[in-house]
This record gives sequence, structure tokens and C-alpha cells, in this order.
Amino acid sequence: MSDMYRDLILEHHRYPHNFGTLDPHDVSQEEHNPLCGDRIRLDLRIVDNKISEVAFSGKGCAVSQAAASMLTDELIGMDLDQVRQYGKAELLELIGLPLDKNPVRLKCALLSLKALKVGVYRYLGQNIETDELD
Amino acid sequence: MIKAPFDVATIRSQFPILQLPSERPVAFLDNASSSQKPEAVIAALENYYRTTNANVHRGVYQLSEQATFEFERARGRVALFINAAHHREVIFTRNTTEAINLVANAWGAGNLRAGDVILVSQMEHHSNLVPWQLIAQRTGAVLRAIPIDSQGRLVLDDIDTLLQGVKMLAITHQSNVLGTINPVTDLARKAHAVGALVLVDGAQSVPHMPVDVQALEIDFLAFSGHKMVGPTGVGVLWGRKALLDAMPPFLGGGSMIKTVTIESSTYADVPARFEAGTPMIGEAIALGAAVTYLMDIGMANIAAYEHQLSAYLIERLDEVDGVTWYGPPVGADRGAMAAFSMTGVHPHDIAQILDSEGVAVRAGHHCTQPLHAALDVPSSVRASCYLYTNTHDIDRLVHGLSKVKQLFG
Repeated sequence: MSDMYRDLILEHHRYPHNFGTLDPHDVSQEEHNPLCGDRIRLDLRIVDNKISEVAFSGKGCAVSQAAASMLTDELIGMDLDQVRQYGKAELLELIGLPLDKNPVRLKCALLSLKALKVGVYRYLGQNIETDELD
Repeated sequence: MIKAPFDVATIRSQFPILQLPSERPVAFLDNASSSQKPEAVIAALENYYRTTNANVHRGVYQLSEQATFEFERARGRVALFINAAHHREVIFTRNTTEAINLVANAWGAGNLRAGDVILVSQMEHHSNLVPWQLIAQRTGAVLRAIPIDSQGRLVLDDIDTLLQGVKMLAITHQSNVLGTINPVTDLARKAHAVGALVLVDGAQSVPHMPVDVQALEIDFLAFSGHKMVGPTGVGVLWGRKALLDAMPPFLGGGSMIKTVTIESSTYADVPARFEAGTPMIGEAIALGAAVTYLMDIGMANIAAYEHQLSAYLIERLDEVDGVTWYGPPVGADRGAMAAFSMTGVHPHDIAQILDSEGVAVRAGHHCTQPLHAALDVPSSVRASCYLYTNTHDIDRLVHGLSKVKQLFG
């Protein structure tokens, strides 16, 4: 059977961690892949430049949803500098899928990372005055 | 039991890719996307580059004359294949998409005015939608779509109203998702009655059934070589000669002119007027070989066999719990393909697991986002057959789907 569907992926797909929305939130970022309709919304609460709470919602293929579930587990307590360092290589290692030769499915796996990056960079941009120009 | 009017095993043996040594040969069910190629077509392509390669319509030397002869012979074969009134009505393009863009631009720019209507349908491939949107934006024309019913057929109750103000009916002969075969001739008669022209997207019909442009009573037909056992890079626009004669060029350049000064040019007669630059010579010659291959087997025989495959495919899909397939029930107006969904499993996951089982299908929106919006699903899985598909391929698809259920059930 396909390596893509090892037990951990299916487990996270069936019982996703941190599934839901946060209200209020400091970051809420939605990304979607028009090719297949995958959709991920990622909500964060940020305290002292650290992610204190995280939730994701969305629908789509097992890879996109399981990757989001695993990523959210990693994010709790992560500071925003670490988020900036956290990239594709780290996510692929986390989910453990051989996607280097599969650009279509790579997009599925990276959808939650895109939501994280876009959301956090937008948050940093909006808070630049209070953080650095006071 | 399926009884083909030709020997499917012999047909399969003529396709090198189906003979590749492998522990698990691929069950290729993505034929609506692109077909495999028989030895005869590969040989024609190779033979051109090995023995006949030279530019066409230029040289006075023998090699160029031979290349020109073969290129024009291919045009003649294509004309015969679709029963064109004249071989000059056959224009070589890159593919269906380019053929439709050619008409949208060369015909549309001079004939569409603000408020004119281009009538399409909800089931069109993006290639028979976006070119019309582009010309509509330039001319002020508007697009209108024939809706579809829950069985994936066109809703024609209000066709007379829908046809009001229409200058062009651009419609697919066979849906690349639903498999629906549309009543093109009936529609063409109604469209002509209000003075509209009719362009048919034949990308999914020409490879699979006899298509006679005169019997269909249409004005333009677009199709691609690579979906009909021919090479990539070559497609066809057929148009009625009087219409083509009246159309200005689409692309400018070499080959499409009579005389050129710095300020202006006069244009060549059709088909050369629409074939600017060095064409896809080897590919057109190989398309000629593809057409000959299909005609030797007989398009009616291919259609009869695929009709049985269509029934078998639907019958087997019905055995799988949780599968919903789209399009009309098995009958004369359904081709041998099925797009489907499976409860609780995303199409990409289905396709990936099928791939690990050696079954090649397509997952996605198949370039039909408006259709998927009407079906209310973002994407689907599509299995599509051709003349070399056998029941074993379909059995392997169904077996693969049982694996999907095991994993996700």
C-alpha cells in the first residue's frame, strides 16, 4: 500500500488535533488550493510573540488535513522567530511523506504552512509600530 | 460478456507502452486526458525525422517536396476522416484550444458586436469558455450558458429563449467529465434558424465515434491529435470553406501571406492563411497515420466496443458502496468514461491510492470549474476508456477502490 497513507496520516485525518476556530484570535488566515478545493483556516492567539493557542479548520484530502493537524501540534509555544525559521523541510520531516517527486501532493501538504506563514507575516507587519517603533 | 468487433488483445499488442515489462503493468484509464500511441504512429513520426525532414511549401529540392507531399496527404486523410467537403477546410493547429481561439479571434473580432450573445453550456471545458470570454471582453458581446439537469444532460426546454440574440453557439460534442453526448445536429438546426453559427468542441467525440461534419450540419469543429492515438502538438480546426475564406488571419508571419511590403500584406488562401510559421510537420504526418489506424479498425466498431465498456464501467462502479458517479445513465448518449466521488474520501486520495495499485486515473476539476460548481463538488475522480481498454482494466479500478475503502472506511 502507498507510503502516503501510513497509519499516522490516516489517524490525523480521522481524528484531527486542534480542530476548530478561535474567537477572539490574533491571526486567522485561510488558504485554499483551487485545483482540488482543499481549504485550511488557521487561527492563532499570540502572547509575548509566542503562539499560545492554535486551531485549524477546513476540508480537503487526507494529506492536507493530516499535515495541518500535525503542524498545529508543533506550533503551541513556538515563538514567532521560530515560525520564520520553520519551513518546508521541517514540515516534510514532521509528516514523514516522500513528496519530493510529487509536486501536486506537495501543495496539499504545504497548504497549512502557507496559512501559517502568510498569517504570521501579516501579524508581524500590522504590529511593527507597536513592537519596534515605540 | 463483452464481445468486441475487433481483437482487443491484438490492439493492445500494437501499443508499446502497454507492453512495457513490469511486475504490475499500468491500467491506463486517463484517456480523456491523452491517449497512448500505436507503433504505426510512433513509426510515422520517427520515419519523418529519419527520412523526410525538411520544411514544407518552400524548397524546390526533393526532400522538401516529399515533406510537403506527406504533410498535405495527412491533411487529406483528416478531411476524409471527418468527411470534410474539401481538404482545404482542414487547418492544422496545436490542439483543440488553439483551434477554438482561432475562431474566437479571427471570426469573433469582425462579427461580434456589443450585446451579441455567445451561447455555451454549463458543461464546457475551459478551452471552450475562456477564449469566448476574452473576445467578449474585447467586443462587448456576452456569454450565456445552457444549464444541465441532474443527469448531466442539457436542459433544452427554453432553448428558443436561450438562442435569442445568439451569434455563435459553441458547444461540446461530448462532455469530458459527464460523458454526455449532446444532440449537436438538433442544436445546430435551431441555432442556424436564428442566424447563429455553430462551433463544436470535438476533443472527446472525434477519437471515439464516427464524426461527419456534413451530417452534423455544423460550421466549425475543433479537436486534438493526442487524444486520438496521435502525437501531441497537433490539432485540427475544420470550418466551412466560405466562412474560413471570409475570416482574417489569426497569427501573422511566414507562410500565411501572398505579398508583403513594409506597410502591409495580402494574405494567403485557406488553409495557409491560418497556418503562420513552420507548422508541426512530423506531428501532422503522424496524425495522418493515427487517422489511418483508426479508420482501418473502423470508428463505428470503436464506438460499439466503447459502448459496452461504458455499460461495464457503470455496472462495476455501482457495486462499490459510497461511489456517486455523474452524468446520464448508460445509453446511446453516454461515452465510456465516468467521473465519480466517494463518500468521505477526497478525489486526490482516491487517485493516489489507485496509482499505488497501478491504476492511472485523473483527479481534479478536469478544466470544468463551472460544471463542478453545478455538481456542487470541488473535484472528482475520472476514469476514461479507449479502444485498447479491457474489462480487466476496469476490474483493477474497482479492486483499487476497495483498497480505498479499506483505508478510509
